[in-house]
Amino acid sequence: MGPNVDIGSFWQALKDAFVMELPIGEGFTAVVDFMQEHFELFFVAVANTISFVADNLTEFFNYLPPQLVFGVLAVLALWRVGWRFALFVLVGLYIVLGMDLWPESMDTLGLVIAATLAALGVGLPVGVAMAKSELLAAAVRPVLDFMQTLPAFVYLIPAVIFFGTGRVPGTIATVIFAMPPAVRLMNLGIRQVPTENVEAGRAFGCNQLQLLFKVELPLALPSIMAGINQTIMLALSMVVIASMIGAGGLGDPVLAGIQQLRLGTGFEGGLGVVILAIILDRLTQSFAQPNRQREGVLTRLKRFFGRADAERTA
Amino acid sequence: MSTKLSVQHVYKVFGAHPRRALDRIKRGESKDEIFAATGMTVGVSDASFEVQEGEIFVVMGLSGSGKSTLVRMLNRLIDPTAGAIRIDGQDITRMTRKQLIELRRREISMVFQSFALMPHQSVLENTAFGLAVAGTSRSQREEKALAALDAVGLKANAHSYPDELSGGMKQRVGLARALAVNPGILLMDEAFSALDPLIRTEMQDELLRLQSEQARTVVFITHDLDEAMRVGDRIAIMQGGAVVQVGTPEEIVREPANEYVRSFFRGVDVSHVFTAADVARKDHVTVMERPGVSVRAALERLREHDGSAAVVHDRSRKYQGVVSIDSLIACIDGLGRREEGRIEQAFVADVTPVTADTPLTELMTQVAESPYPVPVVDGDGRYQGTISRATLLHTLNRTDKGAA
Repeated sequence: MGPNVDIGSFWQALKDAFVMELPIGEGFTAVVDFMQEHFELFFVAVANTISFVADNLTEFFNYLPPQLVFGVLAVLALWRVGWRFALFVLVGLYIVLGMDLWPESMDTLGLVIAATLAALGVGLPVGVAMAKSELLAAAVRPVLDFMQTLPAFVYLIPAVIFFGTGRVPGTIATVIFAMPPAVRLMNLGIRQVPTENVEAGRAFGCNQLQLLFKVELPLALPSIMAGINQTIMLALSMVVIASMIGAGGLGDPVLAGIQQLRLGTGFEGGLGVVILAIILDRLTQSFAQPNRQREGVLTRLKRFFGRADAERTA
Repeated sequence: MSTKLSVQHVYKVFGAHPRRALDRIKRGESKDEIFAATGMTVGVSDASFEVQEGEIFVVMGLSGSGKSTLVRMLNRLIDPTAGAIRIDGQDITRMTRKQLIELRRREISMVFQSFALMPHQSVLENTAFGLAVAGTSRSQREEKALAALDAVGLKANAHSYPDELSGGMKQRVGLARALAVNPGILLMDEAFSALDPLIRTEMQDELLRLQSEQARTVVFITHDLDEAMRVGDRIAIMQGGAVVQVGTPEEIVREPANEYVRSFFRGVDVSHVFTAADVARKDHVTVMERPGVSVRAALERLREHDGSAAVVHDRSRKYQGVVSIDSLIACIDGLGRREEGRIEQAFVADVTPVTADTPLTELMTQVAESPYPVPVVDGDGRYQGTISRATLLHTLNRTDKGAA
């Protein structure tokens, strides 16, 4: 290395010559400002719709007496999964009630369901369209990557700008975060339907709609259900983060635990989320399998109370 | 018999600019040359044939010969690049989407290699699939589906689900689904190829039985020559996307169009293909006509021709019997000096003629055990020729020699 060459300044010169500063951040801000200024009516409409659904759902779940929620979820668990899971549901919900987090849990449940419905309502049709069009698939895929990997806090901020704080921006941020798996797995599921089944559908005279509803969707069902399950799980994890912008629910005790170093409170909130997550996960997963060879609720009840050794279905 | 389906100069090119590939084909370039130059694949090239009402028409070829592409053009699951396909005289390549859907619902149905049943539907619902798609009422379609299931012997399994059935049973459902719409044409794409050999034979018999009850026009795709020979009334052989020969199994075995076709028959059991009439020869034994032949004259003639046996028939060529040197001598020994002797008295007792349509398999034992050539007669008892052991061995051997 020659003594006369100053590598540092050479590098600097190279950088000055080739690297231009891109005003991406400013651009994003400008876009957000522009949208806020010109699409106000649109945002108001969206906000009203979402708050209507989310508010009513959370209110509805809070209105239900805990006993009824216990009963319904336990029976569902017994019917779809098995008696051991039904037992888990009862114990889990009892813990939630005992931690005095019942209203928060119901808020979260309402929010998750509202966000999931919105995510599926947009995501599933987009997934179908992607499966049918290579062009659309190529266009949508990077958008999905963006939605999934962009740190959630980054779009919490514009959500607040557009919709203020509270349930509405929380739900919207959740929808954005939770939608990709529904789109992806719907697309994948339809593409994975065996060629000969699709050909059979066409050969017997299906039109496009019949092909979709009689062949493609039923055969893609396991994949679609996996997508719905993932959407619900992601929605649940996002709802906690959304409590930072005042969405409420089980995220509140978690946030309080972090902000005030109250270990116990944080843990209780976290545990509530875990219990809800397991219940929702197992239940939605069970719907991915056809129920035709399964037993009815009555048979299961009889089994539960009659013979404890009948565990082969579990 | 009338023509049900006619395929005329049909081409299929897979790729970005099929017309350009078509020009190259017409300039005489081969499939491989076109692929090397343009990256486009010629699936089917100038295929022409006609299928008659009520026959099983087999399309046979190795994988990649274009047979699956060809059959999918017959219901336009694949659109042909050029050419005409007529069903009952109507060109389906010119049909609108709506007409095409109507055609698929009423006129043409298909059986698939991997069965392609809908796993979420019961056997009955699967069978009724085509009817449901066409908007038939529930009661009517269940009635028709049950009848179709009955025809393939699966009525008892109507409420099972596909994953509870064996491969052979699944394909019976596939067949029932295709039959339930009562189609004019049935396309079978390697329908039995995924089944194990025993079940495959069983299904071939099933198809032939159904066909004997109600003759449908069937286009049957296979890569298995034995299967083609068994079920096919006529066979089209495909090579590199082109139809190289169309004919009855016998015609193709007897006169293969080229080396490729001949190579199929190497090692093939021709005894299934040929009947007694195909191998019977007239030049091997001395033939005597009655009346007018005495026993002594007959012996004389036989010795003259250096033969050991002779067939006797009457003036209308009706078969009478077989005489041999031994039987003639024995007969003469029993005669008085002046007696003329009637030739019937010298007939060899244990020779029974076979009819012309007897398959070779069924007469092998008889030919092998008989000391004399076995005579062959037609339906009216007229003499057609004889089959000797030598003829039989020669026939069984000929395809090997032909290919060598």
